[in-house]
Amino acid sequence: MELFYLVAATLLLINVMVGFIRIVRGPTAADRMLSAQLFGTSGVAILLLLAQGMQVDAFRDVALVLAILAVVAVVAFVRRVWRPLAAE
Amino acid sequence: MIFNTLTIIFTVIGLIFITLGTVGLLRFPDVHSRLHALTKADNLGLGFIVLGLALQSESVTSVIKLIFIWLIVLLAATTAAYLVAREGLRDLRQGQAQKGAS
Repeated sequence: MELFYLVAATLLLINVMVGFIRIVRGPTAADRMLSAQLFGTSGVAILLLLAQGMQVDAFRDVALVLAILAVVAVVAFVRRVWRPLAAE
Repeated sequence: MIFNTLTIIFTVIGLIFITLGTVGLLRFPDVHSRLHALTKADNLGLGFIVLGLALQSESVTSVIKLIFIWLIVLLAATTAAYLVAREGLRDLRQGQAQKGAS
């Protein structure tokens, strides 16, 4: 059963790596920020699966913090970097 | 035994949804379509994974914490999607205005 969780976490990691193609190819800055969002959500899923697979309950708290930090990163990028760039 | 089977089924369905979200991110033509695919499919996949994991936990506290994590990710994805969509729309409009002027 633990093997199933680890295999699922590996598949999600491959998913994220395939999503990096959008970072390289994406024509606008919005596309690159979307990949960051994918990384945040998939990171939470990977951490939850690993928390169950390795029987470490602390990973659930790490997933919680990662979810909150992901939205802070997106808000910081949009408000501080993207909007001043587009305004000039 | 039945819980293990249900957990495997729910987690596999969640993985399929997240993979479909990534496929949409790669194949859709526009920023806003990609936003649709990413936000809806990804969070639904995460919800299925949380459901599968909640069946395996030993206490009510773990279940509540898992559902709480899913709700927070939902809120975070909503906020991020709104901000990215608004700025993407502004970029699109500027691009069209430049193309119309030239």
